[in-house]
Amino acid sequence: MLVELGHFALILAFGVAIVQTIVPMVGAHRGNAAWMALAEPAATVQFLLTAFSFAVLTWAFVTSDFSLQLVYLNSHTDKPMIYKITGVWGNHEGSMLLWMLILTLFGALAAWFGDGLPTRLRARVLAVQASIAVAFFAFVIFTSNPFLRLEVPPLNGRDLNPLLQDPGLAFHPPFLYLGYVGLSVSFSFAVAALIEGRVDAAWGRWVRPWTLAAWMFLTVGIALGSWWAYYELGWGGFWFWDPVENASFMPWLIAAALLHSAIVVEKREALKSWTILLAILAFGFSLLGAFIVRSGVLTSVHAFANDPERGMLILIILAVYLGGALTLFAFRARAMEAKGVFSTVSRESALILNNILLAVSCFVVFIGTIWPLVAEIMFDRTLSVGPPFFDAAFTPFMVGLAIVLPLGSILAWKRGTLERAGKALIGWLILAIALAALAYAVQSGNSALGPIGVALGVWVVGGALADLWMRSGRDHWTVRLRRIGRLPRADWGKATAHIGMGVTIFGVAAMLAWEKEDIRIADVGDRWAVGQFEFQLDDVRQFQGPNYLTTMADISVWRGDRQVSMLNPEKRFYPVANMPTTEAAISNGILRDVYVVIGDPQAGGGWAVRVYLKPFANWIWGGAILMALGGCFSLSDRRLRIGAAAPKKTTPKAVPAE
Amino acid sequence: MKRLTLILALLASPLWAVEPDEILDDPVLEDRARELSQGLRCPVCQNESIDESNATLAKELRILLRERLVAGDTDDQAVDFIVARYGEFVLLRPDTSGANLILWIAAPAMLLVALGIGWTAIRRKKTLPEALSDEEKAELEKILDT
Repeated sequence: MLVELGHFALILAFGVAIVQTIVPMVGAHRGNAAWMALAEPAATVQFLLTAFSFAVLTWAFVTSDFSLQLVYLNSHTDKPMIYKITGVWGNHEGSMLLWMLILTLFGALAAWFGDGLPTRLRARVLAVQASIAVAFFAFVIFTSNPFLRLEVPPLNGRDLNPLLQDPGLAFHPPFLYLGYVGLSVSFSFAVAALIEGRVDAAWGRWVRPWTLAAWMFLTVGIALGSWWAYYELGWGGFWFWDPVENASFMPWLIAAALLHSAIVVEKREALKSWTILLAILAFGFSLLGAFIVRSGVLTSVHAFANDPERGMLILIILAVYLGGALTLFAFRARAMEAKGVFSTVSRESALILNNILLAVSCFVVFIGTIWPLVAEIMFDRTLSVGPPFFDAAFTPFMVGLAIVLPLGSILAWKRGTLERAGKALIGWLILAIALAALAYAVQSGNSALGPIGVALGVWVVGGALADLWMRSGRDHWTVRLRRIGRLPRADWGKATAHIGMGVTIFGVAAMLAWEKEDIRIADVGDRWAVGQFEFQLDDVRQFQGPNYLTTMADISVWRGDRQVSMLNPEKRFYPVANMPTTEAAISNGILRDVYVVIGDPQAGGGWAVRVYLKPFANWIWGGAILMALGGCFSLSDRRLRIGAAAPKKTTPKAVPAE
Repeated sequence: MKRLTLILALLASPLWAVEPDEILDDPVLEDRARELSQGLRCPVCQNESIDESNATLAKELRILLRERLVAGDTDDQAVDFIVARYGEFVLLRPDTSGANLILWIAAPAMLLVALGIGWTAIRRKKTLPEALSDEEKAELEKILDT
C-alpha cells in the first residue's frame, strides 16, 4: 500500500511540474501576478511529493520488500543496513529517483531563496526549472519506474554488486548529482534571461551562488569517486579517463569557467552572452553525462543500466533542451550588450584567457570521449581513445592554466600592469624554480614530471598568497596581517580554491612521478624491503563476513626497528553475486601512502603480495577539498548572503576595492 | 575452516593485473613491457589496459608482449605484432593516420581560434582614456599620502 502511495506521489509530482511549467510562464508573459505566484508553492509541493516517493522506496529497501522488482534485483536480507540504504541509488531506477529528488530540491530552493528576484524573472526561472523536471519525471515514470511490483515475491534478493558495497556509494553519487543537477538552476537562469532579453550585473550575482554550489558539489563528488577508485580497485589508480569519469569532468570544467565569467558579468557587465552560453553548455554537459552513463553507447567500467531505448530518450531530452536553449541564444544573444570597457592587460582579459583554456580543455575531453563513436560511424574504424591520449592532449592546457593563474588573478580590473603583478610574484617564481631544481637533483631518474609539478604547485599556491598579501594595502606587516584576516570571505574563497588547485597539481605530478611498486610471492614470515620501508607477511587468515567470505593477510610495516603500522588487505568473495573483490589496505600519511594488496595463493606455496608506495597521494584529494572549501567561503560572503537584489544602501566606499 | 579454504581456493578467480610469475628477470625489459602494456587495451574488458586488467586474455597478451620483447623486438615491432592480430582497437593512444588527425589537431586548432576570437574581442572594445600622466600620478600620490 505504502509503495503504491509512493508511486502515486511521483505521478502527482509529474502533474504539478507540468502545471508549474505552463502557468507561471504564461503569467509572466501576460503580467498576471497570481499566475506567476503559483510557481513557488508548486515548487515546494513538487519537492515534498518527490521526497515522499523517495522515502517510500528507501523504506522498501530497508525492510527488504522483495515484492518490488528493484529491491529483489539489488538487495539481500544479509546485506548490512548501510548498503541497504545506499543500494537505493546503486541502480539505474533508484538513482534516477535520487536525481529527481535533487532536481526538485533545487527547484524548491530557487523558489525559497528567490525573494530578491524580480517577480517576472523569478516566475520564468521556476517555470524553466519545472520544465526540466517534467522531462525527467516522464523519463522515470515511463521507462525507469522504480515502483514496479513482482507478481510472486521471491524469498530473497539477488544482492547489490559487491564493488558497490562500500561507503563510497553513500556519498559519491549524491554529491555528483547535487553538482549535475545544481547546474540546472544556472541553466534555468540563463534561459529565463534569454526570454527576458536582459542580463545585467544583478543577474550575474544571482546566478553565481548556484553555479558555485553546483561546482563545489561536483568537485567533492569527483574527488570522492577518484578516492573510491583509488582504494577499491586494488592498484591505486585515481583517474582513468573513462567515459563516465569524463562525463562528470566536462561539466566541472565548464562550471569552473562559468563561475569565473559570471564574476565579470557581476562586476564589469561584460562577457554577458558568453556567460549565458556557458550556463547552457554546463547543464548540457550534465545531460550528456547522463546519456553516456545510462545509454551504454560508450563502454565504460562503471556505466549501469545499459539500455539503448533509455539512451534514446535522454538523447531526445538533451536535444530538446540544449537545442532549444541554443536556438533561443542565437536569436537573443545580440540583445546582451556589454557595458564594461577594459584594456588588454586587465583582470577581464585574464579571465577571458581562463575561460578559453577551460573551455578548450573541456573540448579535448569531449572529443576524446566521443571520438571512438565518431570514428566507428563515419570512418568505419573501431578504435580506442585512452589515458595516453588524454595525458598528452589535456595536460598542456592545465599547465598553461596554472602558469597564467597567479598573474591573472593579481591583475587589476579594467586596466592592470604586468610590472606590478610581476613585482608581487617574482619571489614566488624564483622559489618555484629553485624547489623544482632541488626536486630534480634529489629524485632518482630524470623524469621532468615531478619537478614540473613542484614548480607549478609552488607557483600557484604562492600566487594565491601573494594575492592576499597585495590586498592588504601598504602598511607595517602586522597591520597588513590583521587586514588580511578581515578581507571579505569571497577573497578568502578565491585564495583557498586557488591554493587547492596548486596542491592537487602537485599531488598528481608527485604521485605519478615518484611512486614505487613491488610485486612478489611471499610466504608467511617473509620480510622484504620496498623504498625506506620493510614489510613482513605475519599471517594469512580466512573467515566469514556478514555476506562474504574473506582471505585476510596481516602485513606489518617497519621502518628500521620501529613498526609503522599493521595492514590487513583482504580478498573477498561474495557468493550471492558470485563475484570476488580486492580490499586494499592503506596506511595514509601526509607525505606518502603505503598501499598493500593480497592476491592468490601460489601453486608453489606462498601468496602473491603487491606493495605500492604512493608519495603525496592524499594531496590530490586534499587539494580538491580545499577547492570545495574555497567555494564554501565564497558562498558565505556577505554580498551573496544578504538579499542580493536589494538596492545598494551603502556608499560605494564600503564595497571592498577589487 | 578447511572447507572454507577449499571453497576460497576453488572460487578464487584471477583478480590481479600483473602477477609475480609473469615478471621478467631482466628489469630493463620488464620496465619496457610495463610501459607498453599500459598503452594496450584489453580487448574483452570495459576500457582497461592489459596492465590493469584481470581478464585471462589480458594476461595472455601480457605474456605474449613479453615473449616478443625477449625475442628481441623493438617497442614498435612488439606493439605492431599485437595490433596486427587484434586491430587498432587495442591502441589506447590512437595513431595519427587518416581521420585520427582530426582528433589530434582539434584541440590545438580550437585553442588558436579561441585565442583569435578572444584577442579581437578585447581589441575591439572601445579604447580607454589614456593612462594618468606623470603630473596626475604625482598629484594622486600626494592625496593618498595625506
